[in-house]
Amino acid sequence: MNNIIVYLEIEDGIVGDVSLELLTKGRQLANQQKCKLEAVAAGYQLDTIGTQVFHYGVDTLYLADDKRLYPYTTLPHTSLLVNLFKEEKPQIALMGATSIGRDLGPRVSSALFSGLTADCTSLEIGSYEDKKAGKVYSDLLYQIRPAFGGNIVATIVNPDCRPQMATVREGVMKKELCDPAYKGKTKKLNLSDYVPDEDFVIEVIERHIEKSKLNLKNSHIIITGGYGVGSADNFKLLYDLANVLGGEVGASRAAVDAGFAEHERQIGQTGVTVRPKLYIACGVSGQIQHIAGMQESAMIISINSDPHAPINAIADYVITGTVEDVIPKMIKYYKKNSK
Amino acid sequence: MSFNIVVLAKQVPDTRNVGKDAMKADGTVNRSALAAIYNPEDLNALEQALRLKSKIGDATVQVLTMGPARAAEIIRESMYRGADGGFLLSGREFAGSDTLATSYALAAAIRKMGKVDLILSGRQAIDGDTAQVGPQVAEKLGFPQITYAEEIIDLDKDSITVRRRLERGVEIVRGPLPILVTVNGSAAPCRPRHAKLTLKYKNAKTISEQQTSSSDYTDTYHTYIIPEWGAGDIEHEPQWLGLSGSPTKVKQIENVVFTAKESKQLTAVDADIEELMKELIANHTIG
Ligand SMILES: Cc1cc2nc3c(=O)[nH]c(=O)nc-3n(C[C@H](O)[C@H](O)[C@H](O)COP(=O)(O)OP(=O)(O)OC[C@H]3O[C@@H](n4cnc5c(N)ncnc54)[C@H](O)[C@@H]3O)c2cc1C
Repeated sequence: MNNIIVYLEIEDGIVGDVSLELLTKGRQLANQQKCKLEAVAAGYQLDTIGTQVFHYGVDTLYLADDKRLYPYTTLPHTSLLVNLFKEEKPQIALMGATSIGRDLGPRVSSALFSGLTADCTSLEIGSYEDKKAGKVYSDLLYQIRPAFGGNIVATIVNPDCRPQMATVREGVMKKELCDPAYKGKTKKLNLSDYVPDEDFVIEVIERHIEKSKLNLKNSHIIITGGYGVGSADNFKLLYDLANVLGGEVGASRAAVDAGFAEHERQIGQTGVTVRPKLYIACGVSGQIQHIAGMQESAMIISINSDPHAPINAIADYVITGTVEDVIPKMIKYYKKNSK
Repeated sequence: MSFNIVVLAKQVPDTRNVGKDAMKADGTVNRSALAAIYNPEDLNALEQALRLKSKIGDATVQVLTMGPARAAEIIRESMYRGADGGFLLSGREFAGSDTLATSYALAAAIRKMGKVDLILSGRQAIDGDTAQVGPQVAEKLGFPQITYAEEIIDLDKDSITVRRRLERGVEIVRGPLPILVTVNGSAAPCRPRHAKLTLKYKNAKTISEQQTSSSDYTDTYHTYIIPEWGAGDIEHEPQWLGLSGSPTKVKQIENVVFTAKESKQLTAVDADIEELMKELIANHTIG
């Protein structure tokens, strides 16, 4: 009872990274709260889910295996969670801030009258004092998220309602194995006990989901271009540098909006969060929303024609110059000095 | 019988343009410096509604907005573009609402609007980016939902077919009516204001706007009155409105501060760049 539960997102039998990241976070929170970490998988042919998730420290895996549960549709997955939560009374429920989690989370929270915070960037445990009611709550989940376009950060709590629900975007939390030998239990759920037949009202006629080709999140070196790169053509310089150094190319939102790079490459609050060994920001001014997605990089180099660009304040190396001028030189002197 | 569409729309501060003058010296946001605009994705939703209306013919498009008195602007703006009318839900009972209390109030107002076949809303509002209100309203009304819609591709008397734009793909789904659909920013942009409609409805006002209006002559016979509902006009239980109906509480708000680093300053001259590359190779950052 009162455990922490993570909803697993499953595509073609594979648990999504966002869910594994949440299991990692969930395990930490469960250790702190001295409770169990549970996971729920709803889909079809889920035989391998256990081997995919137990080593993240999952104590109980609930399986709802039925052909009609895949692909995801809102109502059956909602009923499953609502009824399971009524039975198990978890204290915290986490899901990905994906097109599934953001469709499912609010529906579940409304049915249970439990508070939900979307797109959290940090989850912590702490206390809260309700001064008006003269009440102090301990061991609450702090749901921390940017608000107001990222200009402020708000800490949200749900003092009275359970579960405390939060969604988190992919890449925001780190994914880490807990113990390769970790053993949890599997509990198979009898679907008709949880989901009425009337819930299967949405028919998925066509579906094309692409596997992401890009692996920004796991790249050790990221070369990011901003609006200052000037054109899609100039972005080629960044690809050249990335090829030479063995890295990937990222982009700011302004660069994506201008059509210099694909949306998949966007780094920041509404893009991917990255923590590479080396982050080279080229023609990026460094607005709050961008910095939110890369500030944990181990080393930051800023190439900017403006010596006062805000990103320079968090950079380890500031190169005042233009992208066109600096990048070819970086390639040249890397080649000259490596090997 | 006519096909009734309700569009949920919100007036929001324009958080996309939080410029220097919108930040106060202490780093907090000066909300009053931000323009109040029609939430962008709600305009995409309105466009889908107007398209259906012209396709079906016998259809009505009503806009429902919850907010302060000045949010009546959302109804007017919708009418300039072709909506038939709308309702403003306003009052201090709604203050402090989180997404759940908001959806409770909106759902109650929709019930009062009578037979509704389709509810459309933007996927999310730019002041909160939560994407929660649409699905929560659907849940409260017991409607199914389709989120992330990019285009309504078909509608017949008992079902709707929608193309959804997901993070990594597209999906075409069909669902029964009545239903709630949330519309993505990638959907068709909203048509501009129609000159004749703008002229016709520029004096459309709520009663409270009329009372405070400076002109002492208001031609109530020829202007559209925007209905304004308070908590007393919708069927509700007080504990589900406003603060008490909001399970989430804001514990704390902080400004975003990044710890500045001691940075090495370089220029684009060859010697500087070569030195840097050597350093990065030597400390195994690259290579
Ligand atoms: C809700 C919300 C969410 C957002 N989410 C994100 C997000 O996830 N990611 C994101 O990146 N942004 C996001 N933004 C947008 C963000 O606020 C900025 O607008 C954006 O990051 C700016 O991109 P930029 O630095 O490339 O462009 P600009 O701010 O235009 O900066 C361009 C920089 O290039 C420099 N420059 C110009 N020419 C050259 C040259 N030849 N060589 C070198 N330097 C040059 C300039 O000095 C300047 O510093 C978000 C905004 C909002 C409101």
